[in-house]
Amino acid sequence: MPLLEVANLRTYFHTDGGTARAVDGVSFTLNEGEAVGIVGESGCGKSVTSLSILRLIAAPPGEIVEGSSVRLKGRELLALPEKQMREVRGNDIAMIFQEPMTSLNPVHKVGEQIAEAIRVHRKADRREAWSRAVEMLRLVGIPAPDQRAHDYPHQLSGGQRQRVMIAIALSCDPDLLIADEPTTALDVTIQAQILDLLSELRQRLGMALLLITHDLGVVAGVCDRVIVMYAGRIVEEGPVESVFADPRHPYTQGLLRAIPRLDAPAERLATIPGQVPSPAAWPPGCRFHPRCPFAWADCAAAEPALQDVSGGHRSRCWLERHPERRQAAASRSPGS
Amino acid sequence: MTSIASAIELPPAKGDSDEGGRRFEEVPPPADALVTVRGLTRDFPVQRGLFGRRSGQVRAVDGVTFWVGRGQTLGLVGESGSGKTTTGRALLRLIEPTAGEIRFDGQDVSAMDREALRRFRRKAQIVFQDPYGSLDPRMTVADTISEVLHVHRLTRGPATRERVLDLLRLVGLSAEHAARYPHEFSGGQRQRIGIARALAVEPQFIVCDEPVSALDVSVQAQVLNLLRDLQRQLGLSYLFIAHDLSVIRHVSDWIAVMYLGRIVELAAAAELAREPRHPYTRALLSAVPEPRLEEGSAPARIVLRGDIPDPASPPAGCPFHPRCQHPLRDADCARIRPPLAEKAKDHFAACIKTPSWPASGAPAA
Repeated sequence: MPLLEVANLRTYFHTDGGTARAVDGVSFTLNEGEAVGIVGESGCGKSVTSLSILRLIAAPPGEIVEGSSVRLKGRELLALPEKQMREVRGNDIAMIFQEPMTSLNPVHKVGEQIAEAIRVHRKADRREAWSRAVEMLRLVGIPAPDQRAHDYPHQLSGGQRQRVMIAIALSCDPDLLIADEPTTALDVTIQAQILDLLSELRQRLGMALLLITHDLGVVAGVCDRVIVMYAGRIVEEGPVESVFADPRHPYTQGLLRAIPRLDAPAERLATIPGQVPSPAAWPPGCRFHPRCPFAWADCAAAEPALQDVSGGHRSRCWLERHPERRQAAASRSPGS
Repeated sequence: MTSIASAIELPPAKGDSDEGGRRFEEVPPPADALVTVRGLTRDFPVQRGLFGRRSGQVRAVDGVTFWVGRGQTLGLVGESGSGKTTTGRALLRLIEPTAGEIRFDGQDVSAMDREALRRFRRKAQIVFQDPYGSLDPRMTVADTISEVLHVHRLTRGPATRERVLDLLRLVGLSAEHAARYPHEFSGGQRQRIGIARALAVEPQFIVCDEPVSALDVSVQAQVLNLLRDLQRQLGLSYLFIAHDLSVIRHVSDWIAVMYLGRIVELAAAAELAREPRHPYTRALLSAVPEPRLEEGSAPARIVLRGDIPDPASPPAGCPFHPRCQHPLRDADCARIRPPLAEKAKDHFAACIKTPSWPASGAPAA
């Protein structure tokens, strides 16, 4: 049994401007100890997906639509009473966010904040919780942890604050850590430290990781599998080796080509024409078709299912059924 | 020029320290350089406590020297606290430099009075990271751009509208966008408006301060292509400031790497990316997460220990020495302020443990 099974997840927001279908039929699984990255640009639904798993969507205006399913070790989370859901959060699934400063309480010592998280979920007296908090700080690579535990958040650097958040998240030994853009606010040399730490802890503690990021490079370095989202849907998924070496969906291909490369400079970068459509009015058929260089009539008429490419690699694109069209388009516009 | 002199007055070299090689400060700028900056320094007071008592100062930019060639792009890359943004603003005198010399097209910018500065700002413009924060939400796009044209007395009457539409077309927007307000645009479109506003005065030089950092990758590519097309079309020179080394590598002819207020490496973009000479640049390049998995294509990742030091109390000697993983790092690194010296032809790095060019001992031509 997979650790996490998300099936037909639909999270809508009811606003004055209409219903925004932020996540619109997302299904995937995550096995124990596995690291999966969800990538996509602003508004693709990647963060709403992760918040929906933990039921952290404010309703109203948000709504996890009837028929959605999120199972953790077979147990349906969307049907749990709130009290039991609170136990799942932190105990079974923990989450860290982009900006650790807003998640930490500025008036409490970081050691107390970790100790509090431990005492909420475990039977431990103050002394035990404090010494476990110091242990957690040591685990996440904070030097002189018994002294740093007495620091307040503002006394720490951005990288150290993210380490503290990881310490809080891992203090109850969760099966799954959801990390939403955990390094986006950090400098690149500090990002490298935090990504190394996450990979090392995942292996040491055997926990699964769901990494939400806009940065394809971060996924390549950390994850086993990658899920690419566009307009509330999964458009491509598979093992990172396979997806990065042979991206199949025109959106994934466009994203990868748009990134400037250190080793292969180009005069111009490839771009994806147009803009991400509004979640209140997704295009009919394949949602990427208005921006797709390969699109033909079928693409506007109906959305394809995820098509198997090879060993777990799947792409939601009619080109998988009509490979001749890919070659024809390639020969029309060489180099694009 | 005092800050340059102090960089040259070093304790005598000894052991395996290598302080030879041509100093970057000694290299005459090319005759066609549009902007030359020498020894640019900017201090900020540090205020502490309830009454904002001045308790010291931060040297945000510490004796920085560089030039920007006509029609070329110098990329300025660095992490938080490197001083890259302060450098760009001090160069335009949007904040006043504490010391140093700035020349633009032969004129001494440091000595300009108000009126001369106003004329200077017709030739030198800036594009900011957050176009939303720099656009007035109550003004339409046409009003925003017209205002610039009026302030600089460039157009009057119906000619203004024509010019606004020309500028919008130039940045890939259309006439129908003119009457809209900033909130009606996406991030990428707002950045195009910011660029149109900068272009309104027909500048020769633009400081691009993290212009694509807030944009999604597909939109980032559109804006980078636009900046490149405009450079070719209008002969613009850019100082391009960013924290993203891949972006800097893509846009730049030359790259200067900053760390704690100083330039630690400066070279042609391809050369710097291929063979970085400073241990910090090497770590920075290796830390860039690239969406590739081919074995052997990327350098082994160097994960630096420790945090970037507080710019208010930078380490003595080489500012990078506490995090440096150079095998020859020793006590000299904590003592000697490394000059930006030539380590390969036209390739400068501030590291006394990196051999000079031509090889130490041989007299420099």
